[in-house]
Amino acid sequence: MRFLQNIKNDTHRSLVKGILIALGMFAFGFALVPIYDVFCKYTGLNGKPDQNPYLYDPDEIEVDLSREVTIQFLATNNVNINWEFRPTLHKVKVNPGNIASLAFYVRNPTNRDMVGQAIPSVSPFEATDFVHKTECFCFLSQPLGAYKEKIMPLKIIIDAELPKRIRTITLSYTLFDITDMETKGTAVRAKLEREGFIQ
Amino acid sequence: MSTDHHNSPPKGLMRWVLTTNHKDIGSMYLWLSLIMFLVGGLMAMVIRAELFEPGLQIVDPNFYNQMITMHGLIMVFGAVMPAFTGLANWMLPLMIGAPDMALPRMNNWSFWILPFAFLMLTSTLFMSGGGPNFGWTAYAPLSSTYAPPSTTFFIFAIHMMGISSIMGAINVIATIINMRAPGMTLMKMPLFSWTWLITAYLLLAVMPVLAGAMTMLLMDIHFGTSFFNAGGGGDPVLYQHVFWFFGHPEVYIIILPAFGVISTIIPAFSRKPLFGYSSMVYALASIAFLSFIVWAHHMFTVGMPLVGELFFMYATMVIAVPTGVKVFNWVATMFRGSLTFETPMLFSIAFVVLFTIGGLSGLMLAIAPADFQYHDTYFVVAHFHYVLVPGSVFAIFAATYYWLPKWTGHMYDEALAKVHFWFTFVGINLTFFPMHFLGLAGMPRRIPDYNLQFADFNLIASVGGFLFGITQLLFVFIIIKCIKTGKKAPDSPWEGANGLEWTVPSPAPYHTFSTPPVVK
Repeated sequence: MRFLQNIKNDTHRSLVKGILIALGMFAFGFALVPIYDVFCKYTGLNGKPDQNPYLYDPDEIEVDLSREVTIQFLATNNVNINWEFRPTLHKVKVNPGNIASLAFYVRNPTNRDMVGQAIPSVSPFEATDFVHKTECFCFLSQPLGAYKEKIMPLKIIIDAELPKRIRTITLSYTLFDITDMETKGTAVRAKLEREGFIQ
Repeated sequence: MSTDHHNSPPKGLMRWVLTTNHKDIGSMYLWLSLIMFLVGGLMAMVIRAELFEPGLQIVDPNFYNQMITMHGLIMVFGAVMPAFTGLANWMLPLMIGAPDMALPRMNNWSFWILPFAFLMLTSTLFMSGGGPNFGWTAYAPLSSTYAPPSTTFFIFAIHMMGISSIMGAINVIATIINMRAPGMTLMKMPLFSWTWLITAYLLLAVMPVLAGAMTMLLMDIHFGTSFFNAGGGGDPVLYQHVFWFFGHPEVYIIILPAFGVISTIIPAFSRKPLFGYSSMVYALASIAFLSFIVWAHHMFTVGMPLVGELFFMYATMVIAVPTGVKVFNWVATMFRGSLTFETPMLFSIAFVVLFTIGGLSGLMLAIAPADFQYHDTYFVVAHFHYVLVPGSVFAIFAATYYWLPKWTGHMYDEALAKVHFWFTFVGINLTFFPMHFLGLAGMPRRIPDYNLQFADFNLIASVGGFLFGITQLLFVFIIIKCIKTGKKAPDSPWEGANGLEWTVPSPAPYHTFSTPPVVK
């Protein structure tokens, strides 16, 4: 009987341990999301540039007058959106350290109010960390009424530390329709607030 | 424990619903697996019929996509995994001298979730918009933005299967750790128990990660989050990372128990002890560890840095070392043994040969630069079917024939079983060997139509597929014949077989090892 009692206690311990491991791994699955983001940011992988405005201090920035870098611009619509979307200039040459100011044109040809979101990507990905933006339309979602058009500004500084072998950088924007997500997200947030889950 | 247990099971349907007996639950798992194997096989027949000749003739492309998706899901989660869980339920307590599984009521629950999960999964085929059509990997955004409405049912079904697997894994661990007969140290355990102990830990580690990925998908679809939606700041490639963090260990979850079965059967019919027992255990442990650090070899083409490609390439190739140890040990066990070729042994030898072919094509796929050519072609299909069908499925066939006398108390028809083996063996090679050539020539996966140049090999593959499919009806017939009219089996029908399971009568009584045997 003692032997069987011991088995029962040990089994209980194995059960609790097993459940804890399973719950821990479930949490780990979600932890992979920030880990992935941190990893990509740290390595510059994925060509995902910093999505926060770069703090510009003219005294600290060195301008490298010895070379020019070509920046090419691409504008692509994701399949779920049919806005007119293009850069006003297709390429520009700048000295690293100088600000390049440009703009993208966008028009909503549909008869409904929509919200768009542009997602940037830098190629080659080694250049990702050297592309700084003091101002970008991609920092915010872009609401645009039916048949409306607008010019969206962009200010870029290429870091003077950019490796010499990189002479051309491609900055590509993909535009997504996030109208449904915004409304769904707002609705869910409102519901959670109403029920007191979030402030 | 009370000793006045009734020694025969209660009668009627409720016996199966309420049972906590490991043999009953094991049998139910095995029957469920057989049914799902036939259902998934039927879907494979639809696929091969469509690919019989170029052009679209039998099904429309969307239904074809549903077939490949469901075939994959049902075969992995419905046929192979429950079959091994069934074998674990039936055999583990008998092999380690335990009276039952450690957590019998949870055992009942983890089985009974499954039929409902699969009912829900297959019912999606009849919903408006059809069933899941994005491949068994359910890559976002195919499974989120562009998915049919039934995807929610698919996610819920996967969650239920995951919960069932996790409970099964906890049960196996609790049983093996706590219920071994006195004197049976870990390194004296039959190798099948070792493979299942390690598999159970893999299950415990990765099924919750799959559940996490599925939950994120669900939230992206219904709650306006953007885990995998670039428009909201997420990343579809993230899904692939999370999925394959589960997916690669999953590959070993469905092959390690097969290793255990083969390591049990080859010594029995070679009449020699297993060669290199401890190296087998260490090889298992290293394969399990390596399986966690190679996931990105499924996604070499997503755009990783060179260092990443190299790391995942070399780590993947290292897996060939412990696997090579295992294949070497099986061959060395047979070397100079007194071999006889009963059906379980035939399937086991075929396993060693054909699994090695699958392993070698895996090694080819591991070479990152070459993978850019092979990626998403029929070469990949050939590779994973060679490790899954003559791998896991042959091991399940071998185990069924090997232990049927113990389960039913009857011998199966050896002549018919040999017919089953040879037709299966020929069918499988006819089906999947030509796919290597199709893949190298560039035929893409998951497309219902193909270029004329691929017609001949596809015709051969379809003929082989139909042969393989029809032969499995013979398998069902052999099992039923064995149960109904098979010759009476002795307690230990195999001359060279060792293990505690052969010390109990055939068929194994409802309760065994109520007093633990002593292992010296």
